[in-house]
Amino acid sequence: MAQVSKEELLHIANLANLNLKDEEIDTYLLNLQDILNFADIVNKANVEGLDITVGANEAKNIFRKDEVVEFKDTESLLQNAPEKERNMFKIPKVIQ
Amino acid sequence: MDITELTVHELQEKLKNSELTSYDITKAYTDKIQEKEKDVQAFVTELSEEALKQAKEIDEKRKAGEELSNLAGIPIGIKDIICTKGVRTTCSSKMLENFIAPYDATVMEKVNAEGLIDLGKLNMDEFAMGGSTEYSYFKKTRNPWNLNKVPGGSSGGSAAAVAAGLVPWALGTDTGGSIRQPASFCGIVGLKPTYGLVSRYGVVAFASSLDQVGPMTKDVTDCAMLLNIIAGRDEKDTTSVDNGDKDYVKSLKNDVKGLKIGVPKEYFGEGINSEVKQKLEEAIERYKKLGAIVEECSLDIADYALATYYIVACAEASSNLGRFDGIRYGHRTENFTNLKELYRNSRSEGFGDEVKRRIILGTYVLSSGYYDAYYKKAQQVRTLVMNEFSKLFEKYDVLLTPTSPTVAFDVGSKTNNPLEMYLADICTVSVNIAGLPGISVPCGVDSQGMPIGMQLIGNRFKEETILNAAYTFEQDYKFREKYKPQFVK
Repeated sequence: MAQVSKEELLHIANLANLNLKDEEIDTYLLNLQDILNFADIVNKANVEGLDITVGANEAKNIFRKDEVVEFKDTESLLQNAPEKERNMFKIPKVIQ
Repeated sequence: MDITELTVHELQEKLKNSELTSYDITKAYTDKIQEKEKDVQAFVTELSEEALKQAKEIDEKRKAGEELSNLAGIPIGIKDIICTKGVRTTCSSKMLENFIAPYDATVMEKVNAEGLIDLGKLNMDEFAMGGSTEYSYFKKTRNPWNLNKVPGGSSGGSAAAVAAGLVPWALGTDTGGSIRQPASFCGIVGLKPTYGLVSRYGVVAFASSLDQVGPMTKDVTDCAMLLNIIAGRDEKDTTSVDNGDKDYVKSLKNDVKGLKIGVPKEYFGEGINSEVKQKLEEAIERYKKLGAIVEECSLDIADYALATYYIVACAEASSNLGRFDGIRYGHRTENFTNLKELYRNSRSEGFGDEVKRRIILGTYVLSSGYYDAYYKKAQQVRTLVMNEFSKLFEKYDVLLTPTSPTVAFDVGSKTNNPLEMYLADICTVSVNIAGLPGISVPCGVDSQGMPIGMQLIGNRFKEETILNAAYTFEQDYKFREKYKPQFVK
């Protein structure tokens, strides 16, 4: 069974783009270990020869016509922007 | 007559006979919200003023002889995960505290087309992750039967609002039990439809292969009526399925003679509260009396399904919640010097503890080295769970279990132990894993007067079968005539 180390937890948090405060690390480690210990039961199930299931519906392609539906209400989209300039989203410089 | 105690089908009748106007009905509800919301705390956003205005407009149209749906002018409450154009949709998260949806979810378009009036957006666990509505960023909703107890979750605001008479009916969403468990805790009816029956377009995604929108109502007839409105294929959700415009109200026949009900014994064992068990056994006896054929059966997958659920749901959530980056909408930190810091700090400030916990768990099970051991294994176990259900449905029309192993618990009693909170979903999650329909219907109260729910599970797209089974029980048992929420303080 997997034992999660502090380094591993920090690596995972980094992948998920989350900061963990020092006081959070111990609690999260404990919670994660608890839940993983329980989740490990999936490794006891007899699944030999079984396919994976990705979704509950029959896996088949659903086609539709590629028709353009115009959405003209730019204003209502931009009203949610934390920062904007004219009709654009504003972000910090990407290339330093 | 207390208007807020009437079911929607009763209100519809009174609208039709001109005994009541939409304004009378809407006003009764906004008054009730005035009176009780301070105790119940069900709403994130109240729309009383707008609702009364709409009600007047609909009354005028009706008076002028304009053709309207026969439900036009009846109010509804909406879980705050469903996008409503021009109205805040927060998912009870700081991340979306100020998010105003630029468009309506498909279910909202359908609700609006019917002329239903939105009374407000209802509280929930943040991003639907939780079973008590205590993980809301804004407030803790209380159980109208006892205000010291949780209403369940994640659709706890919807369940409490319906039970307290703050809305006549509501929409919720269910990823692992989030409609059925709060319905059970609050003594109302809640249906999770078959995966694909209802469009998910415009519903903030938690776990896309499990999420479904469904009705939360006072009785089974209302439940069938609301399902009629929201079900059906939607071009904008490729996983949605054409149901051939079924009329679910017509399936309510008040007859279960010959209906084959399987009772999986594993759901009545260890961990099930004895009073819950007793009420379920009484319900089984009632079904026998009503002519159903009830048999014990075995469905030994509950633990596997729960573990699979937390692996799959968290994996999907970690991916779905990647979109919250503080750029186009949602919380943006003030503390950043570059783009990476903007992402990280916005997400870390915007998400609550439980959401972060699940993103981390989801990222972990998808990360290299653990993918095969957890995620892939869970997907195989998902096949196993579906196969086990399929076998049972060769023999039975309906499976009967408790909705939750316990009645509503005390506020604050489980928030420090995430795993314990997860275990409370043991009876409901397997239904989502297999994509089946499940309904919770009240079947009694315990010695403290807290409601107990019975879950009826059907085969894929057999909503009619479980609705009729629930209806027949309800007509004979008459829960609503016997018990009412007491707002115990």
